Amino acid sequence: MEQNSTMLGKIIEVSCTIKSALKGKNFDVTLKPYLTVEEKRFAAAGDPCGCMEQYFTLNEDLKQMLESSKDSAKLDAMKRIVGMIAKGKNASELFPAVVKNVASKNIEIKKLVYVYLMRYAEEQQDLALLSISTFQRALKDPNQLIRASALRVLSSIRVPIIVPIMMLAIKEASSDLSPYVRKNAAHAIQKLYSLDPEQKEMLIEVIEKLLKDRSTLVAGSVVMAFEEVCPDRIDLIHKNYRKLCNLLVDVEEWGQVVIIHMLTRYARTQFVSPWKVDEVVDEYNENNFYESDEEQKEKDQKLKTTYTMDPDHRLLLRNTKPLLQSRNAAVVMAVAQLYWHLAPKSEAGIVSKSLVRLLRSNREVQYIVLQNIATMSIQRKGMFEPYLKSFYVRSTDPTMIKTLKLEILTNLANEANISTLLREFQTYVKSQDKQFAAATIQAIGRCATNITEVTDTCLNGLVCLLSNRDEIVVAESVVVIKKLLQTQPAHHGEIIKHMAKLLDNITVPVARASILWLIGEYCERVPKIAPDVLRKAAKNFTNEDDLVKLQILNLGAKLYLTNSKQTKLLTQYVLNLGKYDQSYDIRDRTRFIRQLIVPNEKSGALSKYAKKIFLAQKPAPLLESPFKDRDHFQLGTLSHTLNSRATGYLELSDWPEVAPDPSVRNVDVAETAKEWTGILSKPKMEKPTEKFYSESEEEEDESASTSSSGSGSDSESEKEDKEEGSTDESSGSSSPSEESTDSESDSRESAAKKTCRAVNESDSEDIKKKAEGVSKKRSTSSSSDTEYTSSDESSTGSKSESDSKSDSESGKCRNATSNKKEEKPVQDRKTPKNQDMFLLDLDDFCPVTTPVAVPRAAVLSPSLAADLEGLSLSSSSVIDVTTQVSVPTKTHELLHRMSGKGLAAHYHFSRQPGIFGDHMVPVQVTVTNTTDQKIENIHIGDKKLPPGIRMHEFNPIECLEPGGSFTATMGIDFCDSTQTASFQLCTKDDQFNVNIQPPVGELLLPVTMSEKDFKKEQGMLTGMNETSATIAVAPQNSARLVIIDRVVKAANLGVVPSGQDNIHRFAAKTVHSGSLMLVTVELKESSTAQLIINTEKTVIGSVLLRELKPVLSQGNSSHASVYIKCRCLIRSGE
Amino acid sequence: MCFQQKMIHSLFLINCSGDIFLEKHWKSVVSQSVCDYFFEAQEKAIDVENVPPVISTPHHYLISIYRDKIFFVSVIQTEVPPLFVIEFLHRVADTFQDYFGECSETAIKDNVVIVYELLEEMLDNGFPLATESNILKELIKPPTILRSVVNSITGSSNVGDTLPTGQLSNIPWRRAGVKYTNNEAYFDVIEEIDAIIDKSGSTVFAEIQGVIDSCIKLSGMPDLSLSFMNPRLLDDVSFHPCIRFKRWESERVLSFIPPDGNFRLISYRVSSQNLVAIPVYVKHMISFKENTSSGRFDVTIGPKQNMGKTVEGVVMTVHMPKAVLNMNLTATQGSYTFDPVTKVLTWDVGKITPQKLPNLKGMVNLQSGAPKPEENPSLNIQFKIQQLAISGLKVNRLDMYGEKYKPFKGVKYITKAGKFQVRT
Repeated sequence: MEQNSTMLGKIIEVSCTIKSALKGKNFDVTLKPYLTVEEKRFAAAGDPCGCMEQYFTLNEDLKQMLESSKDSAKLDAMKRIVGMIAKGKNASELFPAVVKNVASKNIEIKKLVYVYLMRYAEEQQDLALLSISTFQRALKDPNQLIRASALRVLSSIRVPIIVPIMMLAIKEASSDLSPYVRKNAAHAIQKLYSLDPEQKEMLIEVIEKLLKDRSTLVAGSVVMAFEEVCPDRIDLIHKNYRKLCNLLVDVEEWGQVVIIHMLTRYARTQFVSPWKVDEVVDEYNENNFYESDEEQKEKDQKLKTTYTMDPDHRLLLRNTKPLLQSRNAAVVMAVAQLYWHLAPKSEAGIVSKSLVRLLRSNREVQYIVLQNIATMSIQRKGMFEPYLKSFYVRSTDPTMIKTLKLEILTNLANEANISTLLREFQTYVKSQDKQFAAATIQAIGRCATNITEVTDTCLNGLVCLLSNRDEIVVAESVVVIKKLLQTQPAHHGEIIKHMAKLLDNITVPVARASILWLIGEYCERVPKIAPDVLRKAAKNFTNEDDLVKLQILNLGAKLYLTNSKQTKLLTQYVLNLGKYDQSYDIRDRTRFIRQLIVPNEKSGALSKYAKKIFLAQKPAPLLESPFKDRDHFQLGTLSHTLNSRATGYLELSDWPEVAPDPSVRNVDVAETAKEWTGILSKPKMEKPTEKFYSESEEEEDESASTSSSGSGSDSESEKEDKEEGSTDESSGSSSPSEESTDSESDSRESAAKKTCRAVNESDSEDIKKKAEGVSKKRSTSSSSDTEYTSSDESSTGSKSESDSKSDSESGKCRNATSNKKEEKPVQDRKTPKNQDMFLLDLDDFCPVTTPVAVPRAAVLSPSLAADLEGLSLSSSSVIDVTTQVSVPTKTHELLHRMSGKGLAAHYHFSRQPGIFGDHMVPVQVTVTNTTDQKIENIHIGDKKLPPGIRMHEFNPIECLEPGGSFTATMGIDFCDSTQTASFQLCTKDDQFNVNIQPPVGELLLPVTMSEKDFKKEQGMLTGMNETSATIAVAPQNSARLVIIDRVVKAANLGVVPSGQDNIHRFAAKTVHSGSLMLVTVELKESSTAQLIINTEKTVIGSVLLRELKPVLSQGNSSHASVYIKCRCLIRSGE
Repeated sequence: MCFQQKMIHSLFLINCSGDIFLEKHWKSVVSQSVCDYFFEAQEKAIDVENVPPVISTPHHYLISIYRDKIFFVSVIQTEVPPLFVIEFLHRVADTFQDYFGECSETAIKDNVVIVYELLEEMLDNGFPLATESNILKELIKPPTILRSVVNSITGSSNVGDTLPTGQLSNIPWRRAGVKYTNNEAYFDVIEEIDAIIDKSGSTVFAEIQGVIDSCIKLSGMPDLSLSFMNPRLLDDVSFHPCIRFKRWESERVLSFIPPDGNFRLISYRVSSQNLVAIPVYVKHMISFKENTSSGRFDVTIGPKQNMGKTVEGVVMTVHMPKAVLNMNLTATQGSYTFDPVTKVLTWDVGKITPQKLPNLKGMVNLQSGAPKPEENPSLNIQFKIQQLAISGLKVNRLDMYGEKYKPFKGVKYITKAGKFQVRT
C-alpha cells in the first residue's frame, strides 16, 4: 500500500511538472483527469497515505452497495458514482460492479448505468461487451422508447468490436415503425461513422433510405447524418428536396438549422444565380431602393427577360421565410444567411428586421449576429440603413459588443446620415471605456476617408482630440490623422506643426512613430521645425521604443536628403547610435540607410536614387473594415466568426453557369401509386392508407399552384396565367420547368384519383399533345403516359415560345431525359421507396404508439397481402372508404335570387367521394335562372380563400335559359377546417360574392371497418385524442335505426357493425388529411348515452361532438319538447 | 483519424473563481486542460462580460455563454453554426432554472444526478434531442421537497415511468393528460422601453420591445385563439413554435395549442414609426472641478406622459468615473448607496409623486491629483408602470376550442424600462 502511494505520488509529481511546463506553450495537454483530482486530494489532506486508504475504502463501500439486493442502495451508489463522473473523478475501477446492473428492472438505475457505460466503455472494452446482449434484447422491446434508448446507448459505446452489431441495429432501426426510433437510428449513423469510417458505404445506404422518411421527427437528424457522413453526395438530396422544403416548418428547431444550412449549399449547386438580373435592376433604380415592392416587381419583370427563377428555388425561399419569426436565434440566423446567399438582392432585405430583433437577446447571440450584420452591411448598406439607430451604443454594453456596433455604424455611414453619426461618435469618444474610445477614433477616420464631404470636419475634430487628456485617445488620433493627411497632404502644414509640438508629451510609441513619420514625409512643408524635431528625438534615442527608433532613423535619412546642411551631423549621430543598438532590426536598418544615403566610393548605383526611394509618393493607406473579406465564408458559420477556416467547413460553391437538369427533383408519385398492389406482397407494410399520397399531393399542389397571398412572385403569377388559359402575355418568357411541375402535379392527382382523366385542367391542346406522346410510347402504363405527356408538353411549349435560348435548351434537355431516363430506371428506383412510405403511413396513423406490440408477422402474412391485391387504390387493408350511407337532403342557399339579380344558387353536399382528388369535398351547386332572359357564362370569379384551402371550379355554364336550372359539381378542399370559402359567382355582366361554410360532418369520408379494427384503432387514439360527452337521449331516439339514421345524416360517417345492441359505432376519416374519426354512441340506462369521439384531429373532433349532441339528445327538437310536455301533463294530471 | 465529429462534444461548467465543477462528455472524453485556453481568454478580457463567446484552440473550438455567474463552456471539434450552440447552452441554463428555481452552482451541485440525466436527454451525440420543458418534465420529474422525502423513504425515483407522448405526437410541446381543477389562462403583456436620451433631454433613440408571457393551466387539449384590438402595431414578431403562423399571417390572430405551464408566447417590437411616449424625465447637473478635486451631483426625476398611472419601482444606477472616491449625497426620497470599489451609485427611489419630485443632491469626492473625468456618467433608469402597455396594445379576446369547461382568463399589462439610458 505504502509503496503504491509513493509511486502514485511520484507520478503525480511528474505530471504536475509536465502540466505546468506545457501550460505556457499552448499545447493541448491530455492528461488523465483523475490525476488532477488526486492532486487536489493530496493538496487538501496533506497526508497522502490516509487519503488513499479512504479513497479506496470509499469505492469498496460503493461496490458493496452495488452488490446489494436492495434497489435503493444500488440507486444511491449509482448516484454517487454519477456525482464522481460529473466532477471528473475516475470511477473506472467500479466498472465490473456497475455493469452487472445493466439489466436492472428499475428504470432510474438503468439510466444511470447507461450514463456510466457511455463514459467508461471505451476504456474497458472487454467488460463492456458483457452489457451488449442486454441492449440487443432491448432493441426488440415492444416499447419504442426502450428500443430507442437501447440503440442510443449501444451506439454510444465506443467499442470497435461491436461495429457489426451496431450496423445491424441501425439497419433494423431505420425501418422501425416508430419515427422516434428512426430518429435515433439517424443519430447512431454519425456515431458509428466516427467509430469506424470504413462503414461509410453501408451507412450511406441507410441515410438514403432515411432521407425518404416523411416524418418531421427524422428529417433533422438524418440531414445531420448526411452532412457528417457524405456531404458531397448531393445527388441523394434531389428527390427529397421538395419534401424537405415542405416539411421544414414542422421540423423541430434544431433540425431546421441543419436542414437550412444543407439546402443553402444544395441550392448553390443547382440553381443559376438570381443576381445577374439584379445587377441590371440595381443600376436601373439604384436610388430608389425603398420604393414599394410592387413597383420593384414591375420593374424587375420588365427587365427579367432572360432570367426566371426555378420554381424549386422559389419554393425554398418561400418556405423558409416564416422561420424568420422563430424564437430560436440560430434558426433566424440560418434563414438570414440563406436569403443572403440565395435570394435575389432585392428580396434579401426582409431578413434585416429579424436580425435586428435578435439584438435584444443575450450578449453571446448579439456578438454573433452583429458580426454577421457587419459583413452584410459592407456589401449592401441599404439592408440595415433603416435600423441605424438600433446600433447606437449604450455605455452598459460590453466592449466587444460596442466595437461591433461601431463597426456597423461606420459601414452604414453615408452623406445623408454622417452628421447624425458624427454627433453620436462625439459621445463615444468621451466614453470611459478607452479601448472603445480609440475604436471610435478609427471609425471617424474611416468615415472621413469614405465620405469626402466630411473629411475636413472629421480632421478638425480629430485635431481637437489631440488636446485630450487621455493618452490612448491622443495616440489613436495621431495615428488616424497621419493616415488622413496622407490622403491629402496639400494644405495641412498647420496640423503637422501642431503635432510636432505634441511630441513632447505623447509617450505612446505608435503615436510618436506616426508623428515622426509625418514630419519626415512632409519635411519640406515644415522646413524649420523638422530639424529641431530630429534634434530632440536624437537626444532621447536610446530610451525610445524600437518602433520609434526606426522612425527616427527614417526621419534622419529623409532630412539628410532634403536638408543635409542642417542635419548632416545629427543624422550621422543617429546612425551611429543605431549601429550599436540592441535590436538587430535597427542595426540592419541603420546599415542599409547609411549605405544608401551617405555617398562614398563604395556605394553603388542605388545611392543616386536615394531621394527617389525615400521620398517617393506613397499610396495612402486604405482605411478598411476588418470585416471586408469575411464574406467568402458562409455567413452564420463558425469559420465566419473566427475569420479562418474551421475544420470541417464546407465551401459554398459558386452559382453554376447553367443550371443542372431540374427534373432530377421531380418525384414520380404517380408511378409509385401504380405499383401499390405489387408492393403489397412485400413485408413490413401493414395498413396503407391514402394519407401519404394525399398529403404529398396536397403539399405539391400547394407549392405548384399559385398562392394568392401577396408574396406571390412573378413566376407564380405566370403560372396562374397558364392555368387559367388566359392569353395575356404579361411576361414573354415561361420556363419549361414550371410547366412540367404543373402538369406533373396534375398527372399525379389524376392518377391518384384513378380516373381516366389524365390531364384535366389544361384542355384540348394538352390532349392533342398527349395523343402524340402516347403514339410515341404506347407501351407503358397510363400513369407514365401522363408523365410523358407532361414532358412532351413542356418541350413543345418551349419550342413554340422559343424566344430565349435558355428556354429551348433546357426544354431539349428535359426532353432527352424524359425519353431516356424516365423510362425504366424510375420504376426501379421507386420500389424501395414505397416500402418506406407505407411505414410512415402507419405511424401517421397512430402517432401515440404506446406499446404497439403489433404482431408483425400476423398482419403481414403473404396470404393477406395477396388478398389485398385486388383492392382499389384508395383503399387500405383494414379501412375501406365506402360510398356515402346517406345523402342529406338539406340544401343551403348560396345566392338568393333577389341579391343575384334573378340568378339563384343553392348548394348541397353530395357526399360522392373522390371526384376531384381526394381532398376535395364535393359540393353540388344548382343555379337557377329566375329572370326572363338568358344568363350567359356563369362561372366562378375571384376567390378569397383562407390559406391552405383550394377549390376546384365547375366548368363555366355557357348559357342558362330563362327558368332553367343547372346543377354543377365543384370540389373544395377545406383543409379539415370549418373555415368559410368565399368566392365570386360571375355571370357575363355581374359578379356576386358568395360563400360556403361546411358543417363539420361534411369534412369526412365514411369508412367501413370491422368492429375489431375499430377497437384497435380506438385503442390507439385515447388520451388527448379522445373527447366524450354524456347526453340525454330522448327515448324515441334510442332505437338502433333511428340513431344510425340521425348520426349518418348529420355527419358523413360509415356504420361499423356492432355486436352489442347498446353500442353504436361509426367511422370516417377526414377528407383532407385522412385522419380517422371514430364515433361511439353507447346507450346507458335512464335515457343517457355516452358519446365518444376518437381522433387525432382534436379540434374537428370536438366540433363534431358539439354538433352531434343536439342531434341525439333532442333529435327533432319540437318532437322532443312536445313529448316532454306531454309527460309533464300526465304527471300533473295524476 | 480524420473523421469528423460534429456539434457539441463536451460541456464544462465553470464558476467565477475558475473551478470546473461539472463536466459532461457526449463522445470520447476531452481533458479538462482544454479549459486553460478559456481561462487565458478570461484573463485577457478582464471583465466577465468581455470573454469572447467563441475561442479557437489548436484542436478544438470553445463556445461559451455566461449565465448567472456560471460559464457554460462547450467543446466543439468542427464547423458548426455558433448560434446553434449558444442557443442550446442557453436552453440548458433555462432548463436548470426551470427545474431548480435558480441556475446557480449550488443548485447544480445539489442536483447533480438530475443535471446529468437532463443533459443526457437533451443531447445525443452532441445533437439536441429533447429541449422542450414539457417533455423533459415527463421524462425526468423536477425535484420538490415532498418528492425527495418520499423518494428517500420508498426508494422510488425521479425518472418518469410514463412515456412522454408529446415527443411522438405532432404537438411536441404539450404533455398529454393534463388535468386541473381550476382551469386558468393568464397573459402578461410586458413592454419595455429601450431609450437613449441625450444631454438636452431629447430622445436619440426609443423603441418598445414587448413580450407576452403566459401561464396556462388548462386541462386536456385546449385550442386557444388570442386576438388583439390593434394587431397592426406589432411590427416584428417572434413566436413560440406552438403558434400557427398562417393564421397570424392571414388574420392576425394568435391561434395555438399551448404548452402546459409558463412559457413565452410571443415577443414583438412595436413599429418604429410610432413615437414612443417616454414616461419620465430627468433633470441633472453633474460637474467635476479640476483643482478642488470635488464635484457636484444633482439629479431630479419627474413623471411625464404617464397616462394617469403612477410610475413606481424607480431605481437609478450610475457607473461613476474611476476617479470618484466617495459621494456625499442627500436624497429627498428613497435611499442611495455608493460602492467605492465598483464605483456604482444606486438610488432606490420608489414611487414618483408629481407633487414632490424626488431629488438626489450632494458632493462628489475625487481622487486628489487625478485628472478630472472627461465625461459625465450616463444614468440608467429603471421603472415600472402597472396596468399600462405603453404602445397601446390591447388584447381583444381569448377563445377556447376543443374543451368544454369555462376557463378563467386574465390579462395583465406592465410597462417597464428596458435599456433606458440618460446621457449627461
